[in-house]
Order: sequence, then C-alpha cells, then structure tokens
Amino acid sequence: MANSSKTSAGFSSPRSDTFPAGLRVLVVDDDVTWLKILEKMLKKCSYEVTTCGLAREALYLLRERKDGFDIVISDVNMPDMDGFKLLEYVGLEMDLPVIMMSVDGETSRVMKGVQHGACDYLLKPIRMKELRNIWQHVLRKKMQEARDAGNNDLDQYDEVWMLGGAELLSGKKRKDFENKDDEKEMSDSRFGDPSSMKKARVFWTVDLHQKFVKAVNQIGFDKVGPKKILDLMGVPWLTRENVASHLQKYRLYLTRLQKEDEAKASFCGMKHQDVSSKETSSLTLQNPVDVCTDVANDKYGGVSGDKEIAQNGKSNICENKVKGVVSMPAAEPRSVVGDSFDSQTAGSKIGLNDSFRLVNTDVKNAKVPAPYCSTGEAPQPQYKQDFKPHFQSANGSSHQPLPVVSHQIPVDRTQPTCFLNHVPSREESDRYPDTDNKPSYFKNKSEGVGKFSPIQSTANLFQPVSHQQTNFHTLEQMPSTTWCATSHNVVSHPQSSQGNLTLRSGSIVASLGEDMCGASIQGECFLANNGLQNIEQFDYNDPQSISGVPTCLYDTLRFDHEYPYPYPIDSLEGIVMDQGLFIV
Amino acid sequence: MKNQKQRQAAYMRRSLLDQGYLDEQFIHLEELQDDANPNFVEEVVKLFYTDSARFIRNIELALENGPYDFARLDNMMYQFKGSSSSIGARRVKRQCSQFQEYCNAKNIEGCKNTFQGVKQEYATLKTKLETYFQMER
Repeated sequence: MANSSKTSAGFSSPRSDTFPAGLRVLVVDDDVTWLKILEKMLKKCSYEVTTCGLAREALYLLRERKDGFDIVISDVNMPDMDGFKLLEYVGLEMDLPVIMMSVDGETSRVMKGVQHGACDYLLKPIRMKELRNIWQHVLRKKMQEARDAGNNDLDQYDEVWMLGGAELLSGKKRKDFENKDDEKEMSDSRFGDPSSMKKARVFWTVDLHQKFVKAVNQIGFDKVGPKKILDLMGVPWLTRENVASHLQKYRLYLTRLQKEDEAKASFCGMKHQDVSSKETSSLTLQNPVDVCTDVANDKYGGVSGDKEIAQNGKSNICENKVKGVVSMPAAEPRSVVGDSFDSQTAGSKIGLNDSFRLVNTDVKNAKVPAPYCSTGEAPQPQYKQDFKPHFQSANGSSHQPLPVVSHQIPVDRTQPTCFLNHVPSREESDRYPDTDNKPSYFKNKSEGVGKFSPIQSTANLFQPVSHQQTNFHTLEQMPSTTWCATSHNVVSHPQSSQGNLTLRSGSIVASLGEDMCGASIQGECFLANNGLQNIEQFDYNDPQSISGVPTCLYDTLRFDHEYPYPYPIDSLEGIVMDQGLFIV
Repeated sequence: MKNQKQRQAAYMRRSLLDQGYLDEQFIHLEELQDDANPNFVEEVVKLFYTDSARFIRNIELALENGPYDFARLDNMMYQFKGSSSSIGARRVKRQCSQFQEYCNAKNIEGCKNTFQGVKQEYATLKTKLETYFQMER
C-alpha cells in the first residue's frame, strides 16, 4: 500500500498530490447490481475503489489494510450485520469517515445514521455528483483531527483508549503513522512525522485516559468541564482543547453505552463507578452472598431492563458479586448500568458510566465483580484457583495481565472492578440456569469454553456466547486477552481476537492478572471483532492493576445480542480495571 | 442499415422512458458507459435480472401458504425494490411499493395480486430491454 506520503491534506495515498483523485474508497453493499454501479461511478471520479458485499468482509479488509482506505461507503441494510453497527465499528476502530446509503430516506433512519456517526447519508439512486463530493468528508475529518490536536505538534494517536491500543501495538496505525512500536513508544506519543500538521493529535494512551476518567469522576460527571479536568490531570503538555474534544467523545461513548444498556436491560451491567469504595483488597468474594442479595433485591434499581437476572435466583452469585462489584454500597444507590448515568453515585470514581458497562465492584464489598448473576453462585476464593489453571496462556506467560484492549475502566487499583456485562444476562439466565451451583464460570469452564465463538468473525461476536467461563480463565494467562468474552477462542487465540476489539462497544479490557478468576468474559466480546492479535503485544494493565479486575469486563454495547456474562466474581480478585474502557 | 437500427433503438429508448418503464436512473447508467465499459448498461441490466430472480422466487414461495409473515414479505420486497431502482425500473418499483402497502395492511390477497403485477412488469421490461440492446449493438 502506498506509504504515507504526506501532503498538505495529509493523506497517505499514492496519489495524494492529485487529491482527491486516488481517494481510496471501500464500498459495501450486498446488492451486486448496486455494487457494480457504484464502483463504476467512483472510478469515474478517479477514485480507487474496493468493493465488498458483506459487512464482515469490509471489516476484515479495513483491519487487514490499516490505513488502506480513506473513506467507507456502506449500505444500511446488510445481511450479516446492521449497517449502523458497521458504521460504529469503523468509526471506532479505524476512525474513517463513513457514508451510509439506503433506498429508504425516512428521517428517523437518517437520524440514526447521523447519530451513529455517519458523515453523510445518501439516498439511492445515487448520482455521480454526490459521489464526486465525498472527498470533502475525508478532508474535513483530517482537518478536525488536526484541530483537535491543538498546538500539540507531535504525532500522536487519538482515541487509543477507545481502541485499546491494540492496533497501536500491533503496529497497525492510522495511515499517518508509520510507527510500529511497542506500547512504550506509543505512550510516548512521539512518533511519526512531527512536521505533519495533521498528525498533531493527542495520543490518548490508556494511562492518559485513565487519568482523564479519574479526573472526571473526581469532579463529578455532571460538573465536569475541560478546564477542570485538565487541571486535575496534571499533564503539562495536554491542552484544554485536547481535553475538550476527548471529553466530547467520552460523552458520546457513554451515551451510547447507556443506550445500549438500556436496550439490553443489562442486569449485570451495573457499572459502578463507585470506586470510591476503594477497596484495597483484591477481589475477594467476601460476601458473595451479600452481593448477590443486593442484586437480588434489586438494589440495582437501575438495571436496565433485565430484571430477569435479578430475579433469577441463580444470579445470586452474580448478585452477590454484583453487589460488590457494582459497588453497591448498601446504602448507596447502585448505579446500575442500566441506570442513567446520573443516578450513579457521585462518588463513583471509576468514571465509567453506564456506558461503560463495567461494573465496578464496590470495593468495599467486594472485590468481586458480580458478573452475571446468572451463575447464582457466590464466587468463592477457590475459584481463583480454579481459574488459574484454566487459563490458557497463549504465550505461556501466565501472569501477564490481560491487556485491556480498549477501554479500561479507570479503577482504583486497589479496588476490584467488576465489569459486568451490562447486558443483563437475559440470555444468560436462560442459558445458565441456576442448575449449576457453582461458580459460574468455573463450572462451566469447559462448557463455556466451547461456547465461545471464535472471535475471528465479527459476526460471531454478536452471538451470545456462553461466556461464562472461558474467557477469563484464559485471559488470565494470556497476556493479550481478548476478553471479548464471547469467544473462548479468543482466549486461546489471543492473536486472533485482538483484532476484533470493537471499541465502540466499550469493550473493556480487563487486565486480568493471574488472579483473575476466570471470569469469562462473556457477552459480547468487544474484542470480538478483531481478535486480540495485538493484545499480546501490549500490556495494558500492569499487574497491579489487575488485582481487582472484575471479571465482567465488557462492553456489550456493541453487540447485538447480549452476552450472558456469568462471571464468577470470586476470581475477580486481582482483576482491576484500571482503565476506563470506552466501548461503545 | 446501421443507421436505421440505431434510429429504432433510439426510438425504443425514448418510448421506454416516456411510457414510464424506465426512469432517469437508466439515463445515468448510460452516462456511465464509456470506452472502458462500452456495454455497461447491458451488463448492469443482465446482472440485475440474474441476481433479482431469487427475490421473485422467495417471495413467490412465501406467498404460497400461510401463515404469512408480512414483515418478512415486506423486507424481501424492500430489497427487491432497492435492486430494481438500480436500473431505473420504474413500473416495477411502483408495483413493489404497492405490494409493500398491502403488507402493511396485512392484506394477503392484495399482496398476491400485486405480486402478479410485479412479475409482469419485471418480465415485460426484461423483454423490452433485451430487444433494445440488440438493436443498439
């Protein structure tokens, strides 16, 4: 692929000097006739066209050829994936402008497209002149990025927190970057061509993002403002503009997560930002029962939607855990994922709002995040042990924290954070009836494992997976964990899973340390989309942070289906989501 | 001779447009035709007919017996209509819209009748275009 040849427009395309000629367009449409016509039209505009008939294929191409495209045009109605989802993925992972197409011009649809981030919405039949102008979107985006970077003249990546850095680590970079370094370099944010104006973007490393979220939580989401955040963060080179734009994205992300949460009525999706509890101990199922009880008692008022889980006796465990996890201080209203963001305790420091779907374990109680309560069993310390063995260390390193792919919930290290899949395990409850009275995923490890669908295929990701078990176990030992829970495969094939991180959905990458109980990351694997190829490369979470990682990291937003997330909380010990994950 | 053929082709084209068999999308397709793709329009039309046959089949099957899944019928027709719009098959599209209306009204008889209309327009256009392309060559 053409190397980045930076032009004034900053496009890395072989013919950037004749821009917009040579604009690299990816067209996605399941209708072969339309595909042929669009291809012809785009070629007439002197664009470089690649066509595909499936959303999955498109994502694959986009990932394979990082920086290989300038813009994506996709039909809204795709057979294998909702066009809007594809849109979000592309926006999150590749941050490319996406144009939606449809025969249907109904306002609500168009609005949906815009809300999902489409930079334009074209109605079929599409005319040449409409296509001739698409380069404007590309240019506009570049300019915005340049502006966002503020006066930072370093080449930096933005939104790494969203992407989980997977791509960075794996060397897949935005087209402007040629950096293929490891995480360290990335975090240095010094790479690329400093002279390129467009590159001056802030590289939001996981650490940086974590600081950001921490600051936000400290201030209180409602009162937050770029200046305040900036002051709190204490990062000298960061500008107010950088923070402002990041805050904007964060907000959007949260909103999306929240919506998804509500839609999914995630029971377990309680996110607690309640880091305030700051439990120092790692996740220990101290009162699993308690936790569960709370949940059962619907303390999580906010659980969006899925009361089933709450009702599910089984979910006891989860609930127990949840309690802890969800940082449900007995007295405090738990911010259940489903709840509106506002309802969250102000003290929540985790900073992950509902959108994050991560349930922060209430440190007080519990370190164990109560993943889905579906398991109905109180996690027990023994789980941990159980889990360990189950982890498959992809690369033999068993104690490596799982890289948090995309979002890490900035959690107080001392606290275990439990990210519950916000998606209430409606499915879970169905799936994992309390029959098992064992730590959900421990027991099911074997089962669960099998249930995971390979991450490779994004389509698979959307399948509800019996998450329970697998992932976590494996994750624990795998440095790179796609803890995109759904697939067991992910766990064992970190590499493959990495790619699939769909950040959009707020995948939470939990750095699972060895202690991490095999919380199976169920639910949607955020990582799903791309396998975790890159995960291995980076260490998102340093071991410390892992301490409390809740098993429930996940962001289910992105997935169509809910993931039952039966994570036994017990093993959450040591699992700490330090970083906020933005997964939308 | 060639001139006459060309004239006939032009005439046919004109009448197809005037009679509403085709709309301006067809003209756009013609505009895309160039030296690199001298038979572009014909190729597209052929592709359309090949690919859309499955919609006709599936809808037909779905209309055979109850219980009738109107949402599914509507969705299939929606896709077919979208495809028809690619070549500018105006009359076909109109029938499709009508079919969709009957789906909304859950009127199976209306659907069945309209579907006959869809098939008819679909077939008529195919014949006319085949003739047209032959003349045009």
